[in-house]
Amino acid sequence: MNAPVDPKKLIKGGLHDWEVIVGMEIHAQVSSRAKLFSGASTEFGAEPNDHVSLVDAAMPGMLPVINAECVAQAVRTGLGLKAKINLRSVFDRKNYFYPDLPQGYQISQYKDPIVGEGEVLVDMADGSSITVGIERLHLEQDAGKSLHDQDPTRSFVDLNRSGVALMEIVSRPDLRSSEEAKAYVTKLRTILRYLGTCDGDMEKGSLRADVNVSVRRPGEPLGTRCEIKNVNSIRFIGQAIETEARRQIAILEDGGTIDQETRLFDPTKGETRSMRSKEEAHDYRYFPDPDLLPLEFDQAYVDALAQGLPELPDAKKARFVADYGLSPYDAGVLVAERASADYYEAVAKGRDGKAAANWVINELFGRLNKEGLSIEASPVSAAQLGAIIDLIGEGVISGKIAKDLFEIVWTEGGDPRALVESRGMKQVTDTGAIEKAVDEIIAANPDKVAQAKEKPTLLGWFVGQTMKATGGKANPAAVNALLKAKLGIA
Amino acid sequence: MSVDEKTVRRIAHLARIAVTDDEVGPLQGELNAILAFVEQLGAVDVSGVEPMTSVTPMAMKKREDVVTEGGRAADVVANAPETEDNYFLVPKVVE
Repeated sequence: MNAPVDPKKLIKGGLHDWEVIVGMEIHAQVSSRAKLFSGASTEFGAEPNDHVSLVDAAMPGMLPVINAECVAQAVRTGLGLKAKINLRSVFDRKNYFYPDLPQGYQISQYKDPIVGEGEVLVDMADGSSITVGIERLHLEQDAGKSLHDQDPTRSFVDLNRSGVALMEIVSRPDLRSSEEAKAYVTKLRTILRYLGTCDGDMEKGSLRADVNVSVRRPGEPLGTRCEIKNVNSIRFIGQAIETEARRQIAILEDGGTIDQETRLFDPTKGETRSMRSKEEAHDYRYFPDPDLLPLEFDQAYVDALAQGLPELPDAKKARFVADYGLSPYDAGVLVAERASADYYEAVAKGRDGKAAANWVINELFGRLNKEGLSIEASPVSAAQLGAIIDLIGEGVISGKIAKDLFEIVWTEGGDPRALVESRGMKQVTDTGAIEKAVDEIIAANPDKVAQAKEKPTLLGWFVGQTMKATGGKANPAAVNALLKAKLGIA
Repeated sequence: MSVDEKTVRRIAHLARIAVTDDEVGPLQGELNAILAFVEQLGAVDVSGVEPMTSVTPMAMKKREDVVTEGGRAADVVANAPETEDNYFLVPKVVE
């Protein structure tokens, strides 16, 4: 925490430079069919109160029974965060009143969470990386949903989400900029999606963040923090931190003090504002839930879950660097989504790893981004892209023609090899034909030929002319060799 | 341990129980009597004793991850004073 301060991360105030300190509580909805303590469905988008059992509605006498899969998902996530798994944990009641919380308390874990300390390695855009400490992960119930825009005097309450399992993942205050905070959430989301323990869909609220922000002069003790509740996109997390840090700096530079409070980020106004109603609610009067025994399992259970974990992004990245000779940056881009990594591996298998990475990242991802498509919806399959790369490797087509071929496969589909035949895209390797074109160009440009003897870089111009004359189909290596010989360039 | 008048009011508010000014004094006395009664337990030495969570040694029951309930929205909202399209209606609560 007291690592040297990187001046680039500091925020310039009117009087001083300030360091921003960020910690996060991420609420990740557990991927499961049924809820944490009832047999009602977790599926999103049902009719109001359709996915509600009498347990979720907190009818008197109903008792919670824990969903074993939610426990397994929490343990898997803990393992993915390289965290300590607690073989014994306890469920507590967190008491507060709100219309979408029918029990009057949330079943959560307070003193004894299922997962203890862990860490997440976060790669930054500039190639550096930071380690963010995880303080804990605990299981808890989600609340229902209130709609406020249906009626001038009434709020509409839907309990479909009530009782869905959440993992609250609490980080240490190890983040020092909005960029780091965004990269941390992005990485955490990637890990969760690899593990299959949370779909990470922020638009549907499957992943929500409470962001704790404070500022200090470098080297000074931590300042008073404010908690910004329920920020629901990675972009907004960045904006909320910037906005809140500047608000706090302005107050402190004016000689004021920060009140510890809960705030709400309003993205349309670009400001955070106090949620005074939440203040008194901080007295949650936790106590162990008498309806639930402690959650206990043995190490063998944890080990079995560990056995079943997929290869995680850090390990995959390291393997891509080692096995395919990729740069850490390219490997990082490829492993950000499991589907992208799988696609890449299908293309790279038995081929040049770097060439495959260039095609996947530059051509395919570039095109997918342009069209707003996900990798799963790619019109060019891994087999098709692989065939295009093979055709280049075999010298059948040039790199330039390959891009045209990619375009045809993207828009029309088809077997790349057959397309090359039927459209006459084959590279001309017949030296006789190339030589003829070269001779014509040399004959037509005696002045350039003379210059080329003094200035060998003119070779490029001749190559260009030859390619043009052959409709781009001449083998570039053959053209180069011929021109060098004929122009007398070493 | 004992509670003062202010704490009585605060606890009542957190529990959403309306307590009149006249009731605060008597309630304070009752609560303090209960606390004093419970305090007698402090005389017992429990060092090294695990807190008891159940009277019978048993593991927590777990359910399979299978959807077995739901599809009864009308029942869920049946007791609500006000509903519309199977939503609960409550006085507007908005930040």
